[in-house]
Amino acid sequence: MRSFSTISDLISLAKENCSNISEIVLSYETQKTQKSKKEILEIMNQRLIVMRNSIEKGKKNNNYSISKMVGMNASKFYSFISKNSFLGKIVEKAICYALSVSEVNACMGLIVACPTAGSCGILPGAILSVSEEMGLPDEKVVLSLFTAAGIGMVIGKNASLAGAVGGCQAECGSASAMAAGAVLELLGGTPEQIGHAIALALKNYLGLVCDPVAGLVEVPCVKRNAFAAIHALVAAELAFAGIESIIPPDEVILAAYEIGRLMPKSLKETSEAGLAKTPTGKRIESLMNA
Amino acid sequence: MESIFDIIGPIMIGPSSSHTAGALKLARIARAIFGDTPSEVRVNLYGSFAKTYRGHGSDRAIAAGFLGFSTEDERIPDAINIAFKMGVKIEFVSSNIFVDHPNTLEFEMVGKSGLSITVQGISVGGGNVVIKKINNYEVYLTGNYETLITCHKDHPGIIAKITQVISSKNINIAYMYVSRLEKGKDAMMTIETDDYISSDIYDILSSFSYLNFVKIVHKI
Repeated sequence: MRSFSTISDLISLAKENCSNISEIVLSYETQKTQKSKKEILEIMNQRLIVMRNSIEKGKKNNNYSISKMVGMNASKFYSFISKNSFLGKIVEKAICYALSVSEVNACMGLIVACPTAGSCGILPGAILSVSEEMGLPDEKVVLSLFTAAGIGMVIGKNASLAGAVGGCQAECGSASAMAAGAVLELLGGTPEQIGHAIALALKNYLGLVCDPVAGLVEVPCVKRNAFAAIHALVAAELAFAGIESIIPPDEVILAAYEIGRLMPKSLKETSEAGLAKTPTGKRIESLMNA
Repeated sequence: MESIFDIIGPIMIGPSSSHTAGALKLARIARAIFGDTPSEVRVNLYGSFAKTYRGHGSDRAIAAGFLGFSTEDERIPDAINIAFKMGVKIEFVSSNIFVDHPNTLEFEMVGKSGLSITVQGISVGGGNVVIKKINNYEVYLTGNYETLITCHKDHPGIIAKITQVISSKNINIAYMYVSRLEKGKDAMMTIETDDYISSDIYDILSSFSYLNFVKIVHKI
């Protein structure tokens, strides 16, 4: 089986086979599960459909989450960008889509965790804004999700994807690195450039803590998904321009692991410090537990 | 290595894989152990579940689990009302008793016939769960495999007789766990297998006089 445990494995396998990283990940999954390529592609396509549905639902969402902290911002932003433009279409759509999916999650709607539910808006926000604006076919978008999956597997194996283990760098940081790699494959970047995009995205989220208000996947999570989607686009474009990360991706991932281990427990999803323990955070928490 | 669809996936109702999807899965396995939808359930919530269950919709997800819904079912937000209409009484009780795992749930289930079973489990992340206790017995099952649960007399050779039935059907055992409260009394065993456990195994084992509880929990 063409197995991989590092980003450098993925890059060299892709180069050896003159293929994209997505095809390496796809063939790994077909060999592991003994399912046909067609079947595996169809399973991924189903996920893409759910992502699109979450976006459509979120754009028009007029509900609040159970805590009432989250909701109506995606629709507010959607109607704003329908009449105004400041950052440009790709960026505005990425923000809108990431907010939409993440709000749908907070409001108990259907989403695809990628890699987690708390970070579920980042990847769809980044790849669907790019593919729509560039007019790319769905087959390419589905393939880019395999690239994202491969990157996520490597990070999960060598660091963590759980906020309780590594803080938010493990969730939104990983999602952003996955999205950066996926976007760059959509743009036609080389496997090495994808490696740099991963390193650039994750490096800039190192140390990010997980301190959600009242222990819920809402504040700061939902809006952070929008930022992290743009973060991924910045990393992809930097790498596409030939800008390299001095620290290679696999070393950045190990740094993320080390930083996660050193991070105090109070800042790893326990809501014992940070935003959760601000006066406002504490007030909302006591209202929720009343 | 895991599947790539654990990274791009699962498809689930939000907001939390551990507190929503995981809570639902725990309730669904508890229902399968009980054998049917119980008429009354007291849910004891510990650790982080006790603090955040309302905001994470864990209560709705648990009700959905007792109704047998999947983690993708869009009726989950309304599951408490649906359960109420179906006559299933579910009570949620937050506990501040210290437990080993921060994400622990306990279900005290009672049926119309008077049958009562208590199941305790933990949500370990990404929607994965482990059932740790059935009544007072320690067990280990995840719902990721076909599972056979037996309660039998703690005598020599009984486990061999049970596993013989399994092997005669060409079923491969992946994991097993045995525990007892006291030597020579009853023992509880959970066997997770790679292959489908059909109801004829249940029929054979139910006829054994030294078994007082047999249950098949299918993969979820």
